[in-house]
Amino acid sequence: MTTTEQHIDKILIPILEQVSDPEIPVLSIMDMGVVRSAIIENDIVKVEITPTYSGCPAMDVIGDDIMAALKNAGYKSKIELILHPAWTTDWITERGRKALEKYGIAAPLEAEADKDVLLNGKRLVKCPQCGSKNTKLVSQFGSTACKAQFQCDECQEPFDYFKCLK
Amino acid sequence: MKAGISLRETMKNNLYKYILGIADNSLILGQRIGELCGHGPSLETDIACTNLSLDLFGQVRSYYQYAAKIAGDDRTEDDIAMLRKERDYINVLLVEQPNRDFAYIIGRQFLFDVYHYLFLTELQKSKDLTLSAIATKSLKEVSYHLRFSSDWVKRLGDGTEESHAKMQDAIDGLWTYTDELFHQTDADKQMVSEGIGVDVTKLKDTYYNNVAEVLTEATIQVPELKYFQKGGKQGIHTEHMGYLLAELQYMQRAYPNMEW
Repeated sequence: MTTTEQHIDKILIPILEQVSDPEIPVLSIMDMGVVRSAIIENDIVKVEITPTYSGCPAMDVIGDDIMAALKNAGYKSKIELILHPAWTTDWITERGRKALEKYGIAAPLEAEADKDVLLNGKRLVKCPQCGSKNTKLVSQFGSTACKAQFQCDECQEPFDYFKCLK
Repeated sequence: MKAGISLRETMKNNLYKYILGIADNSLILGQRIGELCGHGPSLETDIACTNLSLDLFGQVRSYYQYAAKIAGDDRTEDDIAMLRKERDYINVLLVEQPNRDFAYIIGRQFLFDVYHYLFLTELQKSKDLTLSAIATKSLKEVSYHLRFSSDWVKRLGDGTEESHAKMQDAIDGLWTYTDELFHQTDADKQMVSEGIGVDVTKLKDTYYNNVAEVLTEATIQVPELKYFQKGGKQGIHTEHMGYLLAELQYMQRAYPNMEW
């Protein structure tokens, strides 16, 4: 089976880092882990991206944005959507997690803790506003497919939690 | 030589049909729960249902894109989704049942999710790498669906007198559509023998056990039924299907070949 390693040409990294997730603009697609490979072959950049969720409406836009960014840098490109191996929240980088928190979205917990939070109502998710863990699940589904709705019982702020996907 | 070609043709047609058999279930259920967009009983459940719908449509796209590739003519994923006639859809009758009250919507979702979860778990082992990749991807999403619907079955079943009665009614009414999930078409059988498809007959016992476990916890009685409805897998649908397709296909029928 395919490995989960990324194959990305070093020259292309700064270009791809400029492209952000249209629904979470503070997060670059590189920090999101959706770019699985980007190589230059016969003057054409071949990019493979993988969706976070199957129905993610951002994928088409991400593909277009990558093409535009590469075009600005003088490259022709071809984008391919791949499903294997399936994306996991583990591929979000540390920088990406920090960007999420700063933006007001709680980053995904480990799988076990995530289960406890979503199924057993445990209070483990840290409020991105005040830092308290006195938070409760409002709904398992949130504003986008990848998030759940939470509320903080300390500062009362509602916020999104990025669900763990393994 | 000729026999070889026609054998390959049969194989191709069966694989095409097999993919449609999986995808049509998700398309039609996705359309049904998508109807709740803006009409859910509360904001959270409304958003949850549209999320389920979006996941299912996303999965459907992957299946239809693959089916279009296999067909190898000028058919696109949209043609497959939007331009077939009622008899050409081969989804099970369960998923086309109309939205009544919220208990019914949850009941339908739950009875499908339990199946869907077991089915995708097995489909991951398919020798067809595209199907196995779609299954692995979808399974992650469907485990959330199953959590959500099981949770609500328990909440409504073990809730108030009224919610309990409605949940019981829903399960009683939908039960007749569950057996069809485990019927095999000729295409299914060939795909199973090729190591591509899932032998759904083998999922049946686990399915009814898993369903009963949740229903019991929800204080809902497991129906006992001898006769079941079938026909969807042969394209013979209930009267609700035509109305559903009329809405689903409206834009393409009214403005042929329109694009966004």
